[in-house]
Amino acid sequence: MSSRAERTSGRNPAASAVGGGQDLQDLLSSFQGRSSGEPSPAADPVNQAMIRHFVEAMGDENPVYLDEEAARACGLPGVIAPPAMLQAWIMRGYRASLELERARAAGESAGSPTDELMALLDEAGFTSVVATNCEQDYLRPLFLGDHLSVRSSIESVSGLKQTALGAGHFLTTRMDFTDARGEAVATMHFRILKFRPRQSPRSAVGAMRPRPAITEDSAFFFEGTREGRLLVQSCGSCGKLRHPPAPACPECRSLDWDAVEVSPRGRVLSFVVVHHPQVPAFDYPLVVALVELHEGLRIVADMAGVEPADVAIGMEVEAGFEMIDQEIALPRFRPVGR
Amino acid sequence: MSAQRRHSYAGRTALSGIGATEFSKKSGRSELRLAVEAVAAALDDAGIDAGDVDGLVTFSADTNPEIEIARSLGLGELTFFSRIHYGGGAACATVQQAAMAVASGVAEVVVCYRAFNERSGNRFGAGVQGLPPLPNAESAQFAWYAPYGLLTPASWVAMFAQRYMHLTGTTSEDFGRVAVADRRHASTNPAAWFYGKPITLQDHQASRFIVEPLRLLDCCQETDGGQALVVTSLERARDLRHPPAVIRAAAQGSGADQHMMTSYYRDDLTELPEMSVVARQLWETSGIGPDDVQCAVLYDHFTPFVLYQLEELGFCARGEARDFVRDGAIEIGGRLPLNPHGGQLGEGYLHGMNGIAEAVRQVRGSAVNQIPALEHVVVTAGTGVPTSGLVLGTDR
Ligand SMILES: [Zn+2]
Repeated sequence: MSSRAERTSGRNPAASAVGGGQDLQDLLSSFQGRSSGEPSPAADPVNQAMIRHFVEAMGDENPVYLDEEAARACGLPGVIAPPAMLQAWIMRGYRASLELERARAAGESAGSPTDELMALLDEAGFTSVVATNCEQDYLRPLFLGDHLSVRSSIESVSGLKQTALGAGHFLTTRMDFTDARGEAVATMHFRILKFRPRQSPRSAVGAMRPRPAITEDSAFFFEGTREGRLLVQSCGSCGKLRHPPAPACPECRSLDWDAVEVSPRGRVLSFVVVHHPQVPAFDYPLVVALVELHEGLRIVADMAGVEPADVAIGMEVEAGFEMIDQEIALPRFRPVGR
Repeated sequence: MSAQRRHSYAGRTALSGIGATEFSKKSGRSELRLAVEAVAAALDDAGIDAGDVDGLVTFSADTNPEIEIARSLGLGELTFFSRIHYGGGAACATVQQAAMAVASGVAEVVVCYRAFNERSGNRFGAGVQGLPPLPNAESAQFAWYAPYGLLTPASWVAMFAQRYMHLTGTTSEDFGRVAVADRRHASTNPAAWFYGKPITLQDHQASRFIVEPLRLLDCCQETDGGQALVVTSLERARDLRHPPAVIRAAAQGSGADQHMMTSYYRDDLTELPEMSVVARQLWETSGIGPDDVQCAVLYDHFTPFVLYQLEELGFCARGEARDFVRDGAIEIGGRLPLNPHGGQLGEGYLHGMNGIAEAVRQVRGSAVNQIPALEHVVVTAGTGVPTSGLVLGTDR
């Protein structure tokens, strides 16, 4: 697999020095513990109107969020905010977020350490993001009129992790919520994965490969590949093997046949290196080989694990099997021993 | 193997009219209009009224129904219509169909046609990846190639070419000599897309790889245009405007274990057995041999298969085409002038039909790059697929 070159065009001055590996890891670690500075206050105090919208949207019918009497009946001093609404109180809103982004891009506003860290990872090629988990701890209920502030800090940055989505770093941000008196009311840990998207073409996830048309004569082949087995037809009458599939035996015309497993090993009889046109599902230049299996049958498949210049007629190869989508697996050849 | 045979229509039928549109990269017209223009031009060339046409033949790959041509041109009643499958392999077979219909009395005037916007519309070279995977044999044949990235005609032919080079010692330069000859001939043919644009072997070697071992200049053009051919009895042709191009032989051929461009399962990938089937019939029926031919119009969608054809037709021994194409043998004035119109690499890609028209001009003596003292010309259709061929001759 060819490794993707890391982008080092430095919008972020720190990133331009990043070559990856340990340098990057050290730089990432230096963000641990950095905070956004002074707590920033929410735009509005905890209020009934926003609570009403929230429980309406969530379908939460607990009366303690809307009904003063019901709240008192539960031993509370008054209506409380739904705990899960914690983050809603400090959200700055869509337009304000856009404005902040614009201002940072224009250099009118310094980014937070989180912004800086995200930019650094973008530059290093970890361009995709997915939220993985969020934990909240509530120290006391929030009442109408509570005016919250929040202070965020970077709790941890993981080392490079291999995940199903691709290689990346987990970032955990801690947010401390305080009330008007500066006392803690809640904390939140929010974890994301910043990752380098897997390059699909040479991975097992080449979802855009042309799908094979399958008939009753050929379905067995694809049932075999799904189980990691190379199946061919064997004449039920004379035993002759054949591929590609056909309904009858060219030797004896028998319509009876069995699917038998053959070794996926063989030699390259001929090959091509495709350069044009280029289809998104494949990596180019693409080596496609015509292989003569040890049983004598021939089969075409693409090759992995070899540079085009190193492919030669006569080369010993062996097929593995890879899913191209949810249902179809295909053989793919590699030089034996690689 | 069949016994020697001579086709009864041979020597009694002729090509008596040819007509084409311009060959371009963007016709700006419907494929049907291109077909209609070409058919009308061929009838004018022959001097035959539209009302006399009673047969039409085309490719199953053609999108222009016979009845639409007939309706547009007021052809009236048709008694014969037939289509040939397998892409460019159909070209010469359309003439064979017409000749058989005429000789058997089924029709008197049959027009063969092919028209498409192959450059500005549906490009064959773009690949089969967009074809729906239908559960039938025609679609399923691609299942053994397309999912692995072997998507285009160039890629299917390249698999043969690599093996051929490996076993015969043929080089990319040897393939290049075919392109150079075609382009030199096109450079003096005003109807050719590459008129005035010859190339050198260095140009060929410097052109980028499309599918190794094939380079850009090993691949034919993509063309918009139409070409039509009129077939009548030889007797009728003698009363028409131009000297008849006598059909001395016409043949179709499919080989053992034939596949569509991917006959990779035969013992040796250095042969085109389907063209051997055609060649055998051509020589048997015409009564002549390779030494009696003064010009060859060989299907040249990709240069390697021109070398294969020289061997299959008997112009040289197996594996020796690389020697045959050296030293100008396939250029005008050489041992066997190849594609004097420029072929599909130089003039245009009309699925082989423009090559038949060139053979007619050579027999008439009216070609722009005329071969002197020509008596016979051999023409072939698409290679790597079930194919066809013709021997045309002068009327003496
Ligand atoms: Zn059998």
